[in-house]
Amino acid sequence: MSIQIEITLNGKLKKLEVGPTQSLLSALRDGAKAKEVKDGCSDGDCGVCTVIMDGKAVNSCLVLAPSADGTEITTLKGLGTKENPSAMQEAFVNCGAIQCGYCTAGMVLSATAFLEKNPSPSRDEIREGMSGNLCRCTGYQKIVDAIDSAAKKQQ
Amino acid sequence: MSYKDKNFRIIGKPMPRHDAWEKVLGKTNYAGDNEIPGMLYVKALRSAHAAAKLVSIDTSAAEALAGVEIVLTAKDVPNNETVTKFGQTHTVGGFEGLYRVLADKKVRFYGEAVAIVAAETPEICDEALKLIKVEYEELEGVFDPAEALKPGAYLVGEDDTNLVCQYKVRKGNVEEGFAKADLIIENTYTVPQVDHIYMEPECGTAWLGEDGVITIRASTQVIEHFRGIAEVLGIAQNRVRVIAPMVGGGFGGKEDITVETYLALVVFKTGKPCAMTWTREESLISHGKRHAYTMEYKTGVTKDGKIVAQQVDILSDAGAYVYLSPWILLYSTVKAVGPYDSETVKVDTRTVLTNNTFASANRGFGGAQVCFAYERQMNEAAKALGMDPLEFRRKNYLHKGDALATGRVLENAVETEATGIKVMEMLGEKTISDKPNILIGQGMASSMMSYGRMTFLHDTSRSYVSIELDGSVVIRCGVQDIGCGQTSSLASIAAEVLGVDMDDVTVYFGDTSLTPLAGTTTATRMLYMSGNATLKASKAIRENLLTTAAKYLEVSIEELDLIDHQVIVESAPEKNMPLQQLVKICASDGVELFNLAQFNAPAREFMDFTSGQGQVFADFTFGSHAVEVAVNTDTGEAKLLKYVSCYDAGQAVNKLSAEGQIEGGAIYGLGYGMMEGIKYDKGKTLNPNLATYLIPTTMDVPEMQTDMIESGGGLGPFGAKGLGEPSSVPSAPAFVNAVCDAIGAPINDLPASPEAILKALNNK
Repeated sequence: MSIQIEITLNGKLKKLEVGPTQSLLSALRDGAKAKEVKDGCSDGDCGVCTVIMDGKAVNSCLVLAPSADGTEITTLKGLGTKENPSAMQEAFVNCGAIQCGYCTAGMVLSATAFLEKNPSPSRDEIREGMSGNLCRCTGYQKIVDAIDSAAKKQQ
Repeated sequence: MSYKDKNFRIIGKPMPRHDAWEKVLGKTNYAGDNEIPGMLYVKALRSAHAAAKLVSIDTSAAEALAGVEIVLTAKDVPNNETVTKFGQTHTVGGFEGLYRVLADKKVRFYGEAVAIVAAETPEICDEALKLIKVEYEELEGVFDPAEALKPGAYLVGEDDTNLVCQYKVRKGNVEEGFAKADLIIENTYTVPQVDHIYMEPECGTAWLGEDGVITIRASTQVIEHFRGIAEVLGIAQNRVRVIAPMVGGGFGGKEDITVETYLALVVFKTGKPCAMTWTREESLISHGKRHAYTMEYKTGVTKDGKIVAQQVDILSDAGAYVYLSPWILLYSTVKAVGPYDSETVKVDTRTVLTNNTFASANRGFGGAQVCFAYERQMNEAAKALGMDPLEFRRKNYLHKGDALATGRVLENAVETEATGIKVMEMLGEKTISDKPNILIGQGMASSMMSYGRMTFLHDTSRSYVSIELDGSVVIRCGVQDIGCGQTSSLASIAAEVLGVDMDDVTVYFGDTSLTPLAGTTTATRMLYMSGNATLKASKAIRENLLTTAAKYLEVSIEELDLIDHQVIVESAPEKNMPLQQLVKICASDGVELFNLAQFNAPAREFMDFTSGQGQVFADFTFGSHAVEVAVNTDTGEAKLLKYVSCYDAGQAVNKLSAEGQIEGGAIYGLGYGMMEGIKYDKGKTLNPNLATYLIPTTMDVPEMQTDMIESGGGLGPFGAKGLGEPSSVPSAPAFVNAVCDAIGAPINDLPASPEAILKALNNK
C-alpha cells in the first residue's frame, strides 16, 4: 500500500509515494533524492538525519512519512548557497566546525532551529540545545563556537 | 610573507578547509549517496551465535523469491580465504593473518557474515534473509583471553593454539632494578573493547566499468584493498578499482575491508551495479573493535623519584580473527612504558583469539590502552612517594637524545616536559568545592604516539602536482580524506609553495585507477607522507617556474619569489610578472609544469624478536592533557570543569584544523575514559546501538583550551608532526587521574563510569 503525500521541500512542492511505515528520512533520501539528509542510526539516537519540519528540528528517521503530509521541510540545501549562505553555514565554515562533515547536516539544522527559539543563548544553553546531535570528530568545541558566533552575528 | 622566507602566507594560519563549503551546503557526495540505475541492494545474513558449527545452509527458498538476484555463501566465493603475511591488504603478519569473506564450516563470532543476498529492493533482501535456512550446532566457544590460553581451551580457529603472537622488550636486568627501588607500585589495569562510532556507517556502491573493471566506491581508509579484493575474486589487480569519496569518519574502523568484497562479488557474479549500507547495529557487531587488554604493571622507584624498573605484562583479546592484532600489539609493546626513562625494563605481551567480535585498528592503534596504564601508574607512583604528579613525571620524562627501552634514540624534537608544564599552568589552581557531596580533582597525562607506519614496512606515498594554463593548480593524490583535512592540507602545501591561494587548488583524491597511490589513511601518516610527496612535487614545479623566469627576466633565481599569483623580482619590482604569464611562457617553451613525486619514509629492518631491540617507528608526537572534575559522591557522576591540552605539532599546517584534531581527539579519548565499552554475553553484543553504547555529547564536554608548541622538529612537511591519533591517547588517564584525585581512591578499570566511581568510593 502506498500513500501519496505532498511536502514543500526547500521551497519546492514535492509529491511523494510513501509506505505507511516508511520514515520521513527514507522518503527524503530515497523518494525525493535529498541525499544531503544523512542517516547515522535510523533509530533516533544520533541526530544526523535532523531536518527542520514546520520550523521545528526533528529526527527525520522518527517521523512517519505519511504524517509529514502538508509540511514544510528544510534541509541543508534549503538554507543557503555559497554566494548567499545562512549565518549558521558561514559560521560553521569559518569556525572550523566541520571535519568529516557527516553530522554537519543535522548539526546545522538543529542549530538553526535552536537559534530561532533562543536567539541569544549562553554557551551552556547551546550545549544543552545541541545535546541530541552527536559528532565524533570535533569534540564540539568549534561547533559551540560556530553557533555562538552565528547568534552574535544575527543580533 | 612567502614560502621563500619561511614566513608563510598559508601554512600555520587558521584557515577554513577547502572542503568545508561543499559539506555545509550539502553537496558532498558520500559513499552511500550514489544511486545507479538498476542497482541491486546487498545485505548480509549474520550469525546469531558466537561459536557454532555450520552444519548446512539452504538458500533455495531465498533464491526463489521474486526480486532476488543472487544469494552467495562461502562456496560461491572464488577465494573465500586469503592469507597475508605482510602488507596492509586485509590481515597482517610477521605472522599469517586469515581473511575470510563469508563464514565457512565454523562461525567464530556473533554477527559474522554467513551469506549475502542481492535483490531489487532492501525489503526483498530482508525477506530473502529470513528464507535462508542455516543449521547451526552451537559450540562452547571461549570469551576470555586468559581462558583461551589454558591447555585444552576451546580452539577459536583451525590452529592448535589460540595464541596469535607475543613480543618482548628487555632493557637491563629488571630484578636488579627492583632491588634498587625504595618503593614498588604494582597494579592491574583493564580496558574494554570500544567502537569507533563514526557517524557514517559502512557503505558503498559498485559497478562494472565500461572497461570491464570492477569498480567499488566505498567509505574506506584504504583504497589499496583493491589488491585483496582482486585476490578474493581471483582476477588481476588491475581489473579492480576502488574509489573513496569523502569519508564520514574512520578512526581506524574503516582500515580493514568492510563492504568492498561483498559488493565486488555481486558485480563479479551478476554484472549488475549494487549498493550496500550497514545498519548501526551491523556496524557495532561486525567490524573490528579496539582491543580489550589486561595490563599488569610493576614499577620500582627510588625515594628521590627516579624510575629504576618497569615490568609490564599485557594480555590482549584479538577477538575472532587476527586482522591487525599483531601490529597493534607491537605498538603497545614499544610504547608500554610511555615517554619515560627507566633504568631497566621488561615487557611481555601476548594477543589471543576468542569468540568476541574481532579487534583491529582504532585511533591510537595500541597506544591508548598502554597510555591508560602507564599514566595511571605514574600517578600511583607519585602518590606513593608523596610527590606532585607533574614533579614526578619531570624527573623521568625522556628528552631528545635519550633512548627508548628498545634502544632507539629519539633524534627529533621531544617536548613532552614542556607540554606537561604547560597544561598544568593552563589548568590553574584547583577549584574549591562549596558542597560537601562534591569533590574536586585534577589529573594530567602525557603520551608518546608514533606518526607514520612502522619503519620495516618501507612506506611510500606519491603525489602528482600540475599547473594549468590559467595558473590554477591540480593535485592528484590517492589519499582517503576521512575528515581530518587530509586533502585540504595538500592544497595548503601546494598553494604555499606555488604562490597561489588554497581556492586555486583542486585536489583529486582516493581513486586507485586515476590518482597516484599514496597509501593508507591510517597511522597518522597522511600529512607526513603525502604532505612530503606533495611538497616535493610542488618544489620541483616551483624550481622549473623560477628557472624559466630567471632566464626570461634576466635576473638571478635567488632574487625571485612566487607570491599571490605573481613572480616577484625582489631587486626590480617593475619586472614582476603574473604567474599566468610565466605559466604560458613555460608551456610554449616545453618546460614541465607537472611533477609526480614519491616520498619514501626512512626504512629499517624488523626489530630483534629475542631482545625487542631496534627501531620500529620513525618518530613520535608528544603531548599532555589535564582535566579538572567535580565528582558527586551521591551519584558517582564526574562532571568535567576544565579540559586543557598541549601538543608539539612540529608545525601546524592549518592552525584551525590542528586545533580541531586536538579537541576532537581529546573527546574521542574522553569517551574511552568515562563511558564507552562493548558489553558481551558469551560473545553476543549487548549494546549494539547508540541508545545503549553511549559516546560523549555536548553535555559531557566542557569548554576546552588547546595550546600548541611548534618545535619544527617533525619529519613531515615544514617540520610537522602528526596529530590525528596522538591527540586522543592521554584523555582517559587524565580523566581517571582527576577522578582518583577527587575521591582519594584508585580506579584501574575503564570506563570510569558513575557506577565504577561509586564502587571505588564505597571500597575506600
